[in-house]
Amino acid sequence: MAAGTHASDARLDDRLRVGTHTLASRLIVGTGKYASYELMGEALALSGTDCITVAVRRERLIDKQGQNILDFIDTDRYTLLPNTAGCFTAEDAVRVARLGREILLGLENPGADWVKLEVLADTKTLLPDPVATLAATELLVAEGFQVLCYTSDDPIMARRLKQAGAVSVMPAGSPIGSGQGVLNPNNIRICLEYLKEGDPDYPVIVDAGVGTASDVTIAMELGVDGVLLNTGIAHAGDPLQMAQAMRAATEAGRRAYLAGRIPKKLYATASSPETGTIAPKPR
Amino acid sequence: MNILVNGVPREVADGTTIAALLAQLEMPARQVAVEVNLELVPRAEHQRHALCEADRLEIVTLVGGG
Repeated sequence: MAAGTHASDARLDDRLRVGTHTLASRLIVGTGKYASYELMGEALALSGTDCITVAVRRERLIDKQGQNILDFIDTDRYTLLPNTAGCFTAEDAVRVARLGREILLGLENPGADWVKLEVLADTKTLLPDPVATLAATELLVAEGFQVLCYTSDDPIMARRLKQAGAVSVMPAGSPIGSGQGVLNPNNIRICLEYLKEGDPDYPVIVDAGVGTASDVTIAMELGVDGVLLNTGIAHAGDPLQMAQAMRAATEAGRRAYLAGRIPKKLYATASSPETGTIAPKPR
Repeated sequence: MNILVNGVPREVADGTTIAALLAQLEMPARQVAVEVNLELVPRAEHQRHALCEADRLEIVTLVGGG
């Protein structure tokens, strides 16, 4: 292997650091909406992720024979990232974060000290409520949580959340589960500029909206540190194929970002030498 | 006495602890977290935390989510 190749491989190996956590993969995968827990387990393994999100919900009182997701997850292999999905107030988000932490402490999973904060505004858009999200971030940071904050792609809001102590700001590419990809790459660029100004290692993760592999690559090429997705794999025609595609897309986008793309130009530039061509046949 | 567990009314013996209730419900204690009247009760306190009339409990576990 050439020395240059080896060096860029080593560079790609740099891990995703979020707060005190270090992840081998830059892809964080959700565990919802799979046809079965067995399929979920296979898809997670093929995605290459080592961090998966989970939700907190009431234990069923009647269907005791029902399966528990914990029977299908190797909690030694994955760092769990509990979310506050379904919360519409800061107070409820704090309650759910505490409950999630309590369960993860019981499981002795390293994810017990962090939370993916979601405080939603309404069920139609699933857009975040910015005021409640900021309030919840402040409350959770004060309680010692490492907060990874789901937000819109508004750069000003992103900056406020970082100032409030979020260990990662996670702007949505487009609405949750919509599969529309990164709708406003310019806003993501400004988020990156603001959040990484004087703090280049601050992790920014695109959370939500990616529908297929190219969406992930586009996000990673912008220079975000990671992508969090769920529906794009879980509801794909073949989730196992898509899990592998998303893995490759994450790596491709990261590598392209590190490599540095060529500038876009209006006119062509020849790739082959312009000198030494044979004499053209007279016309 | 009567309590509310995940929104469902339930009658339990006076002095029932959280740990005893979880056993009655056959819930895997390691996989759940319990809130009583909006306050989390840490696992270490389940054995000695006696429930009171009209207590409202939330017993939660992890499920798939994004």
